[in-house]
Amino acid sequence: MADGTPRPRAVLGDAVWGVRAYGFIVAMWVRSTMAYRASFAMMLAANFATTFLDFAAIMIMFSQVDALGGFTLPEVAFLYGTSCVAFGLSDLLLGTAERVGRRVRDGTMDVLLTRPVPVLSQLAADRFALRRLGRIIQGSLVLGWAVLRLDLDWTPGRVALLFSMVLSGAAIFGCVFVLGGAFQFWAQDASEVQNAFTYGGTTLLQYPPTVFGKELVRGVTFVVPLAFVNWLPALRLLGRDDPLGLPGGLDFASPAVALLCCAVTGLVWRAGLRAYRSTGS
Amino acid sequence: MSDGDGEFIDVRELTKTFTVRRKTGLLRRTATQVHAVDGISFALRRGEMVGFIGPNGAGKSTTIKMLTGILTPTDGSLRVAGVDPWQERTRLVRRIGVVFGQRTTLWWDLPLRDSYGLVRRMYRIPRARFEENLARCVELLELGDLLDVPVRQLSLGQRMRGDITAALLHDPDVLYLDEPTIGLDVVSKARVRRFLVALNAELGTTVLLTTHDLSDIEHLCKRVVVIDHGRLVYDGLLSGLHEVGRGERTLVVDLERELPPIEGIPGARTVRTEGPRQWLAFPASASAAPLVSQLAADYPLVDLSLREPAIEDVIARMYAG
Repeated sequence: MADGTPRPRAVLGDAVWGVRAYGFIVAMWVRSTMAYRASFAMMLAANFATTFLDFAAIMIMFSQVDALGGFTLPEVAFLYGTSCVAFGLSDLLLGTAERVGRRVRDGTMDVLLTRPVPVLSQLAADRFALRRLGRIIQGSLVLGWAVLRLDLDWTPGRVALLFSMVLSGAAIFGCVFVLGGAFQFWAQDASEVQNAFTYGGTTLLQYPPTVFGKELVRGVTFVVPLAFVNWLPALRLLGRDDPLGLPGGLDFASPAVALLCCAVTGLVWRAGLRAYRSTGS
Repeated sequence: MSDGDGEFIDVRELTKTFTVRRKTGLLRRTATQVHAVDGISFALRRGEMVGFIGPNGAGKSTTIKMLTGILTPTDGSLRVAGVDPWQERTRLVRRIGVVFGQRTTLWWDLPLRDSYGLVRRMYRIPRARFEENLARCVELLELGDLLDVPVRQLSLGQRMRGDITAALLHDPDVLYLDEPTIGLDVVSKARVRRFLVALNAELGTTVLLTTHDLSDIEHLCKRVVVIDHGRLVYDGLLSGLHEVGRGERTLVVDLERELPPIEGIPGARTVRTEGPRQWLAFPASASAAPLVSQLAADYPLVDLSLREPAIEDVIARMYAG
């Protein structure tokens, strides 16, 4: 009983319990937000408006030029929309997982460890902010508009690729959030570094890859697999060649990359928590 | 499993060593080993209420964190209710309650009622049991009017009562209290103490509390465990601690006018004078009553107050002696 080595079934049980606990903590926050409906509606509108300014900047650019790196406005809108929805989903579901440093500093990480619920569930569900739906709604509208304007042949395969790319993208962004959180167990001021990846990453993905230098694009593809979120599958959907000339099969690799990311992230998170529990700060 | 009559909390040669890295140059860092807890052994029986005291930085919090499964020990063995805290954290935490005086375990923005609802689901407490426990705590800790107030709007004393309730809803066998009365006013303190005494007597909950306030211990615990510099320096009755540490209480006396230092009161000596105010020290084990009556008979008294010895002083004297 006390051998300390987790059995596979126990790990699975923990994961199921973790997701359930996440669910009821989130439900509590949503209910408490909904107690102030007017304030929630205003926050949602503000969130929508600020994220829409991003896209407005792109539209202003296109009022001066017809194409950006060879991409037309609907194509850019497609890139923007998919990235925005993917990021919005991960930000909504896991955005607070990065608050590790602050939790460690103010001592509330200890409180999380005294409860019979996985720490990550508690952390990610804490202060769940439904107003972040604003970004997802905004991204979906842009994406919808792009899909209507692009005049692509939406075969079932392509629709599936679109969904898998957005969901895998959300998972990969989510991993970056959790990894950023995990690194703060070792270095408590890492949240800035991580913002460069998440917020910086999403801004980068909203533009076509050819406007950036080749080296940068290569770095992004391999160092942070964020490109899988968007560029490779999107280029396939748009019928474009990828500037690095990677094998075509990689376009469909998003779900595999997302799964790999999740596995690595899980291990790093556990290592971080273990490090915290042995150092205490 | 057997955690009945034997040692309910069993700590043997518990050690925690931290590696502290300090910048010593532009790029150089030196690592030093800090022994926060250095080979402590003690045991608690089921239903005991024990004070765990020591000066700041003595290793109290580190020990509590190891007992609650937050920190992994560097060395030694540790058992709480038959469970190894650091290997089976999630199993252990269902059987313990923790109250940190310095920070709340509640959700800052949620009303107490919602916080308790979350606690119920996290610990999977059957609803009837939950309602019963909540009702009892609400009554004894007088929380009735506060259940719908967000935690951030509660006063320190109210919040502490809310925290204690949250820690008890799942019927823990052990309750750890880290500075439960810090910053509380006299009324709140008394209320919390009364509640803890009743809890221990009626439900047999084992309680380990750390505090800076020796009067907490006097009201609550017969036994104290004292640590300093990570080592156990005393484990026994509170009365014995005063003898070992030759603890002294101080009577602060306000006289009608400035007088020479008070003399001729048996068992007491004047340690300080300042205008009409004088400070008299006497052994903590002695009663203040005969002293006060003799003072009142011999001197023109205006006012007086009694100060308990500070734990730091008692421990400092234990070392000096």
